[in-house]
Amino acid sequence: MTGTLAAVGAGLAVIGAGIGIGMVGGKAMEAIARQPEASGDIRSGMILMAAFVEGAALIAILLSIFMAG
Amino acid sequence: MKYKLFVVFSFLLLIRVSVFSQEHHAKTDTVASHSHETMQGHEGHDHGTDAQHTEAGHHGDTYEKFDPASTAIHHISDANVYSIMDKIRIPLPMILYAKDKGLDMFMSSKFHIGAHEDGHTAYNGYVMQHGSVHRVLDPSFPAQGEVNLGEHPFTLKTEEVNGKKTDVKYLTYQGKEYRLDARSTLDGGILGGGITSFYDFSVTKNVLSMILVSLFLLWAFRKAAKAYEAQPGKAPTGLQGVLEPIFLFIRDEVAIPFIGKDKYMKFLPLLMSIFFFILGLNLFGQIPFLGSTNVTGNLTVTMILAVIVFLVVNFNGKRDYWQHIFWMPNVPVFVKPLLAVVEIMSLFIKPLTLMLRLAGNISAGHIAILSFIGLIFIFGKSGASIGGGAIGTAMAVPLTLFMMAIELIVAFVQAFVFTILTASYIGAAIEEHHHADHAEGSHH
Repeated sequence: MTGTLAAVGAGLAVIGAGIGIGMVGGKAMEAIARQPEASGDIRSGMILMAAFVEGAALIAILLSIFMAG
Repeated sequence: MKYKLFVVFSFLLLIRVSVFSQEHHAKTDTVASHSHETMQGHEGHDHGTDAQHTEAGHHGDTYEKFDPASTAIHHISDANVYSIMDKIRIPLPMILYAKDKGLDMFMSSKFHIGAHEDGHTAYNGYVMQHGSVHRVLDPSFPAQGEVNLGEHPFTLKTEEVNGKKTDVKYLTYQGKEYRLDARSTLDGGILGGGITSFYDFSVTKNVLSMILVSLFLLWAFRKAAKAYEAQPGKAPTGLQGVLEPIFLFIRDEVAIPFIGKDKYMKFLPLLMSIFFFILGLNLFGQIPFLGSTNVTGNLTVTMILAVIVFLVVNFNGKRDYWQHIFWMPNVPVFVKPLLAVVEIMSLFIKPLTLMLRLAGNISAGHIAILSFIGLIFIFGKSGASIGGGAIGTAMAVPLTLFMMAIELIVAFVQAFVFTILTASYIGAAIEEHHHADHAEGSHH
């Protein structure tokens, strides 16, 4: 039972991270379209922000693995 | 096109999540399959799984049940032997220390490792089960010399230890069951069994990979550096031409913008070492059939990398950095202690996420590839159904190729992300700014 709940938790974490990274990526693309000359700066900022979002999701997934095990 | 991509990605997501959810079910499955294995040797040993015995023990048309989750976990774990395609086994030196026994040093070839990376011989009271060394903790078991164990000596049982259901491994030798002790782990029993009867300091598969990659990097960079001396001012050629753009990219896009033009030279060696070490190991783990080691997906390895970053950041922290942690300027006094708590937490969360991000991403990639390859065995019922195996292969090959292409990008992106975050943490720590203009991303 806890295993199933942990799996649901992992799924929810992935949804959250997906929305977050989608927004980061989408806004970055918009920004690049508006200012193509700043694409380098925007891209590294985008990767940095995506990494932060992903970090939160990974903590959640690892927690759910520990809960399941 | 958009729609197709959506379908593919949601499928990938499903697979990734299902891998985690299967983990729990996997435990009971392994009990069934392993007790089936013991059945061949002798009858009815563990009474707890009698129902599964009769189910799995039916002769003739049964096949060994394939368990994708535990197979994937086994393949991403570290091992005391380096197997290439399950045929060539490179023995590795074993360095084992037990308090009551002292130091043991020998090569892992002493175990005579066969299929599933199980050893057929016990040596000095140690055995090899699924690629990792275990100790037989029983005074009646011979503590010295080689002991022949025969075929399928190992069984797995689920037992309740400290209120937690855990897999306990047993060795059957001359009709008697011996409990196997795993190596000590220093994680308080979260991932392993905590402190046990022996410590394993062996050069494992991961350690060997790290040494190989480090030697390769040393050779590659020495060669590139020599080329600059041999033909100064000329366009780079060969290996030099591969390394130069990556090196310049890290310097110009990571080190200089985040650390600053006048201070970056002090930290450039660290950033470059981190980047190329992680990139080298990521790519080394992607080579098919070459053991596909999962070094950067190992929490211990990434933890040490994160600890190095943590120490470098905090030993180089300037006055402003510590002031922003313990007594944030320009906020009301009653908020200051609150912010101090949050900042101290973030001090430790930063290296923690560095560690988890790298290990999680690389392990997830390996697990996804292994799950796709596992499709062949799921559809083919572990070789019982040829047609199913063909369908599984037809599905697995394009999916695996696709996943490996993604992993190639991930290998670069994760090495880059680790480096860029290190640079931004260092940049935030060494910054000596005036309080009017401290906005750029050093606090989140």
